[in-house]
Amino acid sequence: MTTSHSLAAEGLTLGYGDRVVVESLDLVVPPGEITVIVGANACGKSTLLRSLSRLLAPREGRVVLDGKEVHRMPAKQLARTLGLLPQSPVAPEGITVLDLVGRGRHPHQGMFSRWKAEDDVAVAAALEATRTTELADRAVDELSGGQRQRVWIAMALAQQTDLLLLDEPTTFLDASHQIDVLDLLTDLNRGRGTTIVMILHDLNLAARYADHLIAIAGGRLHACGTPAEVLTEDSVRAVFGLDSRVIEDPVSGRPLMLPIGRHHVRPQLTPNPLQPVE
Amino acid sequence: MSAPAPAAVRPSVVQAVARGRRRRSSRRLLVAVALAVLAVAAFAVTLMAGQTFYPPGDVLGVILGERVPGASFTVGRLRLPRGVLAVVAGFSFGLAGVTFQTMLRNPLASPDIIGISSGASAAAAIAIVSLSLGGTQVSVLAIVSALLVALLVYVLAFRDGVVGTRLILIGIGISAILDSVTSYALSRAGDWDLQEAMRWLTGSLNGTTWDQVLPALVALAVLTPVLLSRAHDLSAMQLGDDTGAALGVRVERTRITVIVAAVGLIAFATSAAGPIAFVAFLSGPIAARLVGAGGSLLVPAGLVGALLVLVADFAGQFAFDARFPVGVVTGVLGAPYLIYLIVRTHRAGGSL
Repeated sequence: MTTSHSLAAEGLTLGYGDRVVVESLDLVVPPGEITVIVGANACGKSTLLRSLSRLLAPREGRVVLDGKEVHRMPAKQLARTLGLLPQSPVAPEGITVLDLVGRGRHPHQGMFSRWKAEDDVAVAAALEATRTTELADRAVDELSGGQRQRVWIAMALAQQTDLLLLDEPTTFLDASHQIDVLDLLTDLNRGRGTTIVMILHDLNLAARYADHLIAIAGGRLHACGTPAEVLTEDSVRAVFGLDSRVIEDPVSGRPLMLPIGRHHVRPQLTPNPLQPVE
Repeated sequence: MSAPAPAAVRPSVVQAVARGRRRRSSRRLLVAVALAVLAVAAFAVTLMAGQTFYPPGDVLGVILGERVPGASFTVGRLRLPRGVLAVVAGFSFGLAGVTFQTMLRNPLASPDIIGISSGASAAAAIAIVSLSLGGTQVSVLAIVSALLVALLVYVLAFRDGVVGTRLILIGIGISAILDSVTSYALSRAGDWDLQEAMRWLTGSLNGTTWDQVLPALVALAVLTPVLLSRAHDLSAMQLGDDTGAALGVRVERTRITVIVAAVGLIAFATSAAGPIAFVAFLSGPIAARLVGAGGSLLVPAGLVGALLVLVADFAGQFAFDARFPVGVVTGVLGAPYLIYLIVRTHRAGGSL
């Protein structure tokens, strides 16, 4: 199993138009692990993920995969090593699960080339891994949110990449489906050694599922390391501007963040009751 | 470098996947063959039937270059170029239309809605009426103008990439401006010009000559392979620009290649037959209903377009008391569908 792909950003500066979103950011993705990126809204997380997967060319610096600059690699070759599931992919109206998952085979196929037996095996494996085999003949737009997300992950799995990047794969899912998707990704990581990089909104789920946690604030790397190192009361204040208590999660032993707002807080915990929150 | 070996997969699942895929691809093939057979049959009927009926033997003789009294003129000079142009223009419109609709993920994004056909028409009307040009010069002007309009719409709609809806709205605006330019040019036309210029309002195959057919035929022969070579990339881009790029498609490069090829098809076909109303717009969705979602619609849509133009032109000539140009017939078919589509898209936010 080849899990030794190294992905790193070196002095990365990214932006759209006149706006700089990410500034001189250095970052290493540990191979074979689950890396989770967290940060406030509009801090540049998604921009960073798009650049890591070649979708956005850097202003300065570079993204390096196995010693090669990703923005100079042939698109299909890169797509056989590194996959990305964007936040809101579009399912063509009426497309079946099987057809959608099959499109994940695109980087393995030539311009006019025919479908091969190995493509069938890859699609079947992706369906099995995501438990969507029973849905194969259904139309994607008929599925529930949780099923649809599993199908999209199956599409990305059919691509058979050693690295998989996901932009908020749990958004719009209820609690049980969030856990379902994160467990599935963990299975992939543990079972196949797929390196996973994902953005998550929920800090506590991030701490629960990450081997390696990266906190971004204002387009810069604020902290990275194990969840215990990164998820602290200080970093929550710095990254999100939020007071909190961080305790040990009785279920996982990982850190658990409990926000302290202006309401429903025991008096002795309220930081500055008379001062409005900025 | 190589992907991880897939975990053990049950052979029954692999077989089910292979079976499902074969079923779908054989359906696609079946639909494509059926459409092709229908188009050939319709083509044959338009050659044989008309004011005078000629048996297949006579028609075949004319095509093979024999001299058949009567048929040589009626079939060889009148019906054959007209039928060939119907097929070529219909295929071009259908193919280019579905390309735009697929790429922009919106059935309203066809070239006849977003002003590209209007650009070709306006230029041709001005060339004929105001500049008194003819033949090749009109075609060249129509083609250049269609490309410029496409570029203009693209540039106006561009902000951090092109969003389908913005491009469609801008295109509809540009299309309205250009249609009024065409109307203005025609309002100043003399009686003789008017006949010819009317073609540029609705599209017509009346009085088609080989000189008109040939450039459109060559364009179709050159540009179809270009578009078909991008069919896989277009399918990947249908899942969103980011997903397409993640699947290894060079999105901007593909988009520009495809736009230039599709606009070329529209422009050449329009300069020969006029903007036959709604064929580009209708063919893709009809093909999608027939083939089912999932596969590439390029060839089926082209065949539907050819069939639509053949049948509509034949109906326009012989089904009514008066003779109507083909564009009037397709317009009658297309307008209600446009309304239906807008209503449905509005409700569901759907795509093709």
